[in-house]
Amino acid sequence: MPAAQSSDLTAPSRGLQRHRSLWMDVWLAFRNHTGALVGAGVFIAISLAVALGPLIHTVDPHYLDILAKNEGPSLKHPMGTDNLGRDTLAQVLAGGRISLAVGFTAMMIALVLGTLVGVLAGYFRQIDGLLMRLTDMFLALPLLPLLLVVIMLFRDSLRAAFGPETGIFLLVVFIIGITSWMQTARIVRGDVLALREREFVTAARSIGTRRRRIITRHILPNVLSPIMVSATLGIANAIITESALSFLGLGFPPDFPTWGRLLFDGANFISVTPERVLWPGLAISLTVLSVNYIGDGLRDALDPRLRGA
Amino acid sequence: MPPEPTPLVAVENLTKHFPILRGVFRREVGSVRAVDGLDFAIHPRETLGLVGESGCGKSTVGRMILRLYAPTAGRVRFRGEDITALQGEALRQLRPHMQMIFQDPQDSLNPRMTVGSIVGEPLREHGAAAGAALRERVEALLDAVGLDPAFANRYPHEFSGGQRQRIGVARALALNPEFVVCDEPIAALDVSIQAQVVNLLKELQERLGLTYLFISHDLRMVRHVADRVAVMYLGKIVELATSDALYEEPLHPYTRALLSAVPTHDPEREATRKRIILEGDVPSPAAPPPGCRFSTRCPVAVAECSERAPEWRTLRPGHQVACHLAE
Repeated sequence: MPAAQSSDLTAPSRGLQRHRSLWMDVWLAFRNHTGALVGAGVFIAISLAVALGPLIHTVDPHYLDILAKNEGPSLKHPMGTDNLGRDTLAQVLAGGRISLAVGFTAMMIALVLGTLVGVLAGYFRQIDGLLMRLTDMFLALPLLPLLLVVIMLFRDSLRAAFGPETGIFLLVVFIIGITSWMQTARIVRGDVLALREREFVTAARSIGTRRRRIITRHILPNVLSPIMVSATLGIANAIITESALSFLGLGFPPDFPTWGRLLFDGANFISVTPERVLWPGLAISLTVLSVNYIGDGLRDALDPRLRGA
Repeated sequence: MPPEPTPLVAVENLTKHFPILRGVFRREVGSVRAVDGLDFAIHPRETLGLVGESGCGKSTVGRMILRLYAPTAGRVRFRGEDITALQGEALRQLRPHMQMIFQDPQDSLNPRMTVGSIVGEPLREHGAAAGAALRERVEALLDAVGLDPAFANRYPHEFSGGQRQRIGVARALALNPEFVVCDEPIAALDVSIQAQVVNLLKELQERLGLTYLFISHDLRMVRHVADRVAVMYLGKIVELATSDALYEEPLHPYTRALLSAVPTHDPEREATRKRIILEGDVPSPAAPPPGCRFSTRCPVAVAECSERAPEWRTLRPGHQVACHLAE
């Protein structure tokens, strides 16, 4: 079979290729994606600042210094103070912890739920109708009344069980997660429906690959792109939904800073101290943007066709 | 080729009807009769060619034999054992013995897996090899189908169509099957590559003692590959004979029409070649005509043809045909 052996493809680096792992390939490709690298850098910087910042900038975000209210940036208060004299930088740092945690956890819940429902509905015909009607039902639910009811029903018991902060955190994350998985489920289902008819899935069945393995090895990796996009958009959505909830008085208590909360509180004082809106807004935008870029880079890096030989 | 006592694969009255569902409640309003009552046997180490035009049910036959589709009726026997009703683990244990080579080499390889893991998947799934032994076996397989073993780390999109088809062949052979369904393995390839792949398949057959069901619509290629050939039309086999007999003396009018469409490479004979042009289109398999299914387009049909389905008759030793008029 002479023509099939184009030896120029293999000649140079035979020994080197032997031990190239999949994740090494992914990393090499990711490293070449400038946007993703910058995104990762910014995101790590934000995470570090939020995690370690309060150790350096040791002002208590709840401390009221009423004499120093509505101040501009100074050495003592690098981002100024609010109308009650609280330090804005300390609040942004403290709020970031909550916002990032809510964003990520809610996104993970939505993603896992959405992917699970999508894959099950797409792969197993018998439950497709049932799961998709369930998805439609969730999409049709009026969100705000539902939130009101859920929070009324569970807030106090959760607070009693886990303490006020953890209780509310669990509640908010759960609510955001449970109300934002539907888009992912629909997209994933559509892709799975198409994939299960592809010949490589038939080939896996004819080999005798078990259904679980077919899903994890052949289906899931090929629906990674839409999942990745949903994930990055989901983080942004979750952070913003949390702000809306806090704004309505359904989320964290008013004195508990989160980025969304700071943004909404600051909006009333935008003519007096515009930087109170600027800083949390910038933090949200940068986080969302950097996560989007990371997702973009990861998606490209995980696809061998885009990875480049 | 004298028929041997136990065929490797035998099908009896093999039938597949796909239901047509309509309306809100998905009621069954009819069925597409993709395959309608086939009987044939494949003997060890032979190649049975299965030819017919698009949509006549060829691929469905192959997939039913491999139990990728559940037959509506009929039986599939493998080594004399009825495998029609096998389920779960018993079916899984059978899988290594019968494998498939697919039509579209682009679509039959998972784009996210390396060639090594694609070819190694059957071995891992059945616990046939692991670690260094697995890698060695994969490299040996790649070598056997004429690919550089160093390709194991590459991805399918880095290969040409012919090379990808070789990867598909290597995967099919990984578990040392006895029986391989080749589902139009060359239809998606360039003519120059077709010959290579077909020759590879023949060589592997001789070396490994394989039995093939070779599904194709390329009549010349089938003649080159197959020992016996079955011709399908609209879900039924109309003629089955050794490849020489079929090409020298086709008995069914459909076979004659098919063969008349094959160009020859001899200009003189090509000049005198008479094409039998069939009138009309293939009837819908959801509503096949009564009597002989070919009667609506048959150039020699008589009244009886549209009333009574022809019997499956053996007119010469090893040459069977379903036609009232053939003799």
